[in-house]
Order: sequence, then structure tokens, then C-alpha cells
Amino acid sequence: MIYLDNSATTKPYKEVVDSFLKVSTEYFGNPSSLHSLGGEAEMLLNRSRETIASLLHVHHKEVIFTSGGTESNNLAVKGCALSKKNIGNHIITTSIEHPSVTNAIKDLEKEGFEVTVLPVNKEGRITKKQVEEALTKETVLVSIIHVNNETGAIQPVEEIGEMLKNHLNASFHVDHIQGIGKVPLRMDTIDLCSLSAHKFHGLKGNGILIAKNGVKLHPILSGGDQEWTLRSGTENVAGIVSMTKALRMTLEKSENHLSNLLQLKHYLLDELEQIKGVFIHSYRNQSAPHIVNFSVPGIKSEVLVHALGTKNIYVSTTSACSSKRKAPSKTLTAMGVTRAQAESAIRISMTYSTTKEEIRLFLQEFIQAITTIKEVTR
Amino acid sequence: MNYDHILIRFGELSTKGRNRKQFVQRLSFNILEKIKDFPKVAIEKSRDRMFIKLNGEPHEQILDRLQSIFGIHSFSLAVKTKTELEEMKNGALFALEALPYKGKTFKVTAKRAYKNFELDTNGLNHAIGSHLLRNTEDLTVNVKQPDINVRVEVREDATYITCKDIPGAGGLPVGTSGTGVLMLSGGIDSPVAGYLAMKRGIRLEVVHFFSPPYTSERAKQKVVELTERLTDFGHSINLHIVPFTDIQVAIQKQVPENYTMTSTRRFMLKIADKICEKEQGLAIITGESLGQVASQTLQSMSTINEVTSTPIIRPLITMDKIEIMDIAKHIDTLEISNRPYEDCCTIFTPSAPKTKPKKEKINFYESFFDIDKMVNDAVDRTEKLLITGKKQEEDSVINDLF
Repeated sequence: MIYLDNSATTKPYKEVVDSFLKVSTEYFGNPSSLHSLGGEAEMLLNRSRETIASLLHVHHKEVIFTSGGTESNNLAVKGCALSKKNIGNHIITTSIEHPSVTNAIKDLEKEGFEVTVLPVNKEGRITKKQVEEALTKETVLVSIIHVNNETGAIQPVEEIGEMLKNHLNASFHVDHIQGIGKVPLRMDTIDLCSLSAHKFHGLKGNGILIAKNGVKLHPILSGGDQEWTLRSGTENVAGIVSMTKALRMTLEKSENHLSNLLQLKHYLLDELEQIKGVFIHSYRNQSAPHIVNFSVPGIKSEVLVHALGTKNIYVSTTSACSSKRKAPSKTLTAMGVTRAQAESAIRISMTYSTTKEEIRLFLQEFIQAITTIKEVTR
Repeated sequence: MNYDHILIRFGELSTKGRNRKQFVQRLSFNILEKIKDFPKVAIEKSRDRMFIKLNGEPHEQILDRLQSIFGIHSFSLAVKTKTELEEMKNGALFALEALPYKGKTFKVTAKRAYKNFELDTNGLNHAIGSHLLRNTEDLTVNVKQPDINVRVEVREDATYITCKDIPGAGGLPVGTSGTGVLMLSGGIDSPVAGYLAMKRGIRLEVVHFFSPPYTSERAKQKVVELTERLTDFGHSINLHIVPFTDIQVAIQKQVPENYTMTSTRRFMLKIADKICEKEQGLAIITGESLGQVASQTLQSMSTINEVTSTPIIRPLITMDKIEIMDIAKHIDTLEISNRPYEDCCTIFTPSAPKTKPKKEKINFYESFFDIDKMVNDAVDRTEKLLITGKKQEEDSVINDLF
């Protein structure tokens, strides 16, 4: 099997699953219980929080455990905006956010918030200047994705964060879910940062929201006051511990193998550029090292995905979250890509275990598949 | 070029006379202990300062740890160059460029310990200053109140260039004032008292009274973590966990309710004293603050204090709760202390403890005890844990999970 859909989800590391199993069976107490089983679970929880804090260079009080990326994004966006209702009602975001941000902001619009959606250029990027110009006295939240999940385009969030330091009312949220372990991000430039375990070889159902310097958040869930009252609900200790391990392992790999991944991306781009009729949507610079997005106009992407699937090669069309909808990719459309191209987009997303041989085999089968499909559909 | 040195300036130490060497020796030992996971660093001592030679080790983490070592007034990253003008210019430029300097103002302050250098102080300031101006953008001179002071220290063998001073923790190096026993309850006050005692150079032994099954493992864990926090400011610490249940039960049976608290404290003090003697300590340190609770009135303290002649240091005695909490926040113990588990001081608290206990009365009530036997028995069963800083002692089963 050649798995090239790591932006949709990653395969959990074996060590991560082992951790999950051990904690689930041996340390299953509720961290809020007073007895010693509860104490052990609480100890593991504290240890996770501190480890994550030191891995990400934040304070342990700034780490909030959630159920995943969607919840982290919702808590960041809604929690922050609602807690600042009395300060202002303006939100700035971009046209290429993940639905968990876009739709959370739509909900806020219904509550009376004004929203500025910044358009992207043909590289899928916005600029600091755009954000600066959109800012008003009423702006309480700026939410920008760091690495786009479909094309890999990197937004200049550190630069924007530095600029926003002069705007005390505006909190800055960065959806770093695709970026973690692949594109470094300085946490001191932002206020809120979302992460999701299953994108870095952890398990599904766990996420992190970093809330710097006690950014005020209005909780979305009401309950028993866990996670500094910001996210009630009994903690998924086994998931959290295993996520901590996944994060540590991923960041270690990132330290040692990021350049290999980058080489692999350049190799893939070099080869794709040779193939007639292929349009590439991911740029060599200012885009993530693990995502390559391209189109073969005339061939519906779903057909290609299935053709490759029969060869045990797994790629995807756009983002996994929207690929079941028939609409063409929102991100590509926002970049000004034609409808024909957007409908035929393929995304390759790699990880540290992806090999050059796998990419070579993919390319071979890909060329084979286009030829066959073109013959059939002519 | 590289930041290859950290320059350390002494605080109060520099006022010491003939015994200064001992203080400097201890400080250097404490620093080395704190950064022993960077084996390549070396320390060079001189009369009024110390240099950490980095030898390629990363400076960020070392700078971070230096901030909690007592006995340091301030410290700076330094570039070491040859005492040659061109080298000095390049060194100064490197040091400056390592900082966020754009839009800032600066000046150069040269100091010549080596008087034979070709340029005088003014000449040096001018030569280096203009080199910096030529090679940077968006940087201006301000000799009165510069944002950045580029200090150039010219010595015969080498020149040191520093741009930014980081304030140190002050105080005296831990260990220069001997050993004291800290009575640590798990509340907010006692860790703060321990911290302040360390700041005056005292090496700590920590005593905690543990009353299972009335108090839980978590209460104990809390004390372990508080002790761990304290190790940040100095050295590894012995934590003595005293089994206290038997004594507390005996007191409940024998002593009238309004005097149980007084008797409990007297027993604690006797035990702490015994441990102090065993560990060759010279003082007992408590987190008492005058008037805070019934045991902390002057009358109470006098009655409790009767059982020992060892000096009792009470760093918080005149502080308000707010002041104490501020320090607890600063040293990151407040959050741990606030965990709501019962400890040995809260489980048997009488509803109306005597605020003015009489010595004759308590002595009479306690005359029915074989005090020495009870104290010795508790001390004999005391568990001694070595706390060596964060998590180091945690077992590998747990480590494997992460």
C-alpha cells in the first residue's frame, strides 16, 4: 500500500497505539476522582500538559485539551469572539479557511458579528497589508489558517502576528492543524493555536487549543469545569497521553528529516512538470513540504482516485472533509483556478515515512492511469 | 563569529571580604550542577565576575536556567574577540545584529582595563559606533538613554562585548549559609518561606507530616511537586515524609480539644528538630505569618516554640497574604498549593483552637505522653526521598508512555 493522503489523516505510530492501550487498561481512573486511581490519571494528564507545553514552548496553563481540530477551531473562534462582545464585533478571516472556522464564523454572523473575508491571490496567499487594511477599532478576532490543507500554501502568520501586537483588542487565532511538525510556527506571535492529534500520527478524537497568556474564552460546553472551566467533560486521558507521544515523535522527525521531505516534494514537482496536461497548484516556495496539489483537466479527479485505488495507492481529491460534496474545491476557486481544473484536482500529501520509491511508483501508475482513462473516455 | 561566553556579575557577593572565595566557589558549583547536561561548558572565575565558556553548547537554555540561581546580580551573553580593533568592530556588529535592533537607539561604552590599547575610550566608542552605524539600517545613536548599550571591555588577553543584561535572582548562593529544615505543609505559605530562605543561601531539607489514611497520596504528591519547584532555585532536596497518624490520634485522645492544635504543633516542631539534628542543620524554617491563624499568634508561637532552642526562621512573619501569594505566583507554587486535598493540619482541626494557650496547661496535658518515644518512633519510620528536580526519578513505565 502506498498511502499519500496524510493531510486527511495519518497512520498512528505503533508506539502511540501502545501508549493508548496501556493507559486505557491500566490507568483508567477519572482524573477528577479523589482516590489513588484518579490520582494516577491526573498525574498522567498533568505530565502530558507539561510535556506538550515544553514541546511547543508555551506555559502549561496555556494548553487546553479538546476533542480535535474542529472543536479547537470552534472554541478559539466562538469562545474568543463571544467573550469580547462588549469590546467589538468585527472578525477578519480568509476565503480559504477550513469549514470548522468558516462555519463557526457564519454562526457568529447570525449573532451580529461583522465579518471581513480576505481574498487570496493566485498563489493562494494573503498579505500582511490586507489584514492591516481590514482592521478596525471593532476588530476582536483575526483567524487565519497557517498551512492550507488543500494546496499547502503557507500564510505569513508570524508577520501578521507581529503586526497585530500593536492592536490590543484583536486576538489572533491560527489554525495550525496542517502545519504542525512540517512548517515551524513561533508561538509568541499568536494568541490562539489549534492542533489535531490525528494529523501528526496520533489518534482521532484528540486535539489541543493553545490559548496564550490567558486569552479570555467563553466556553462552548457547560459542565464540570475541567480544563480551567474552558472545556468541560471527563478528559480522554489515554488519547491525551498518546497524543503527547505522537507530538514528541513528530517534532523529533521534523528536526531530522524535514529536508528529506522537501527533497521529495521537489522531486514530485519536477516529475509532474514533465507530464503533459498537468497543472500544478502548489508552489515551490512558501508552501508546505508535504502537500502537492495538481489537476489533469479533462479527467474527473474522483475517477483518478479510484483508478489509483485499484493499485493500492491512496491519494485524494481536495480536502477529505469536503471531497464527498460534489462542489469543486473552494480553495482552488478562491485562487482563481478554472472550474475544469478545480474539478480535476488531485492532492498528494506525504509524511516522514514516505519514500522516493513510493513517489516513483505513484508517478508510474499515475501516468498509466491518465493514458488509460483518456483512451476510454475519448 | 558566535556568542561564546556568558558573563556573570556577582550581586551581594562582591561586598564580601576574605571569605568571598568560598561564596564564588559555591556559586560556580551551583551553576555547574544546574547545567550539567551541557558537558562542554566550562567556568572561568575572576575576582569580580565569572565567565561561562559555552564551547558550542546552546546558550538559550543556559540563559534560562541562570535566571533562577541565587547569588547572581545579572548576566549577559558575550562575544569574545582578540584585542584588535578590526576584530572588536566585527564582534560588536555581530552582538548587535543578534538583537532586534531595528528602530532602536544605541551607544557604545568602552572600558579599558588594558590601558596600553592604541585607542582611548573616546576613540574606541567612536570607531566602533561608526562601524555599527555604517553596517546597519534603522539604528540611531542616543548617548543619554540608549535602548541598547554595546559594552566593550578591553582586557589585555581578550575583549568582551555584551549588549543586553539579564537580571539575575540576587541573594546568596544556596549552601553558603548552611542547612535548614523547612516544614512544608502543602499550603501556600511554606514553599514561599523555603524559597526566601534559599535566597539567603540556606540549603534545605524538607519535612512533611503525612497522616494516612486521613490524607491521600495526592497530598503527598503535592508536596513532592512543591519540593520539585524549590529544587529549581538550587539543588536536589531531601524530602522527609514523617508518618504522623499515630501521634495525631494519641493527641485527639489525650488532650482537650481546644489544645490539640497547640500540642500537634509542638510535636511537629520536636520531630523537625530531631531531623534537623540528624541532617546537621542549624535552623528550622516555617511559613508562619503573624496573626494568620490561631497557631500564629505571638502567645501561641511562644508556647509552641518552648520545646526547642533551635533558631526558627520565619521569613513570612510580617507579610500579608497578598504579598505571600504574589511570591507564590512568581515561583509557580501557587497553583500546586491550591489543590484541594486534606493535609495533616486540616483533618483534626478543632472548632475553637486556643489563640492564647498557656504553657503550664499544655505541659500538664502532655505529661501523660512518653514524648521522646513517640517522637523517636516517628523519626525512625520517616521516609526520605531525594528530589532531584523535575521528574527525573519517575519510573520508566510512565516514561515509556510519553
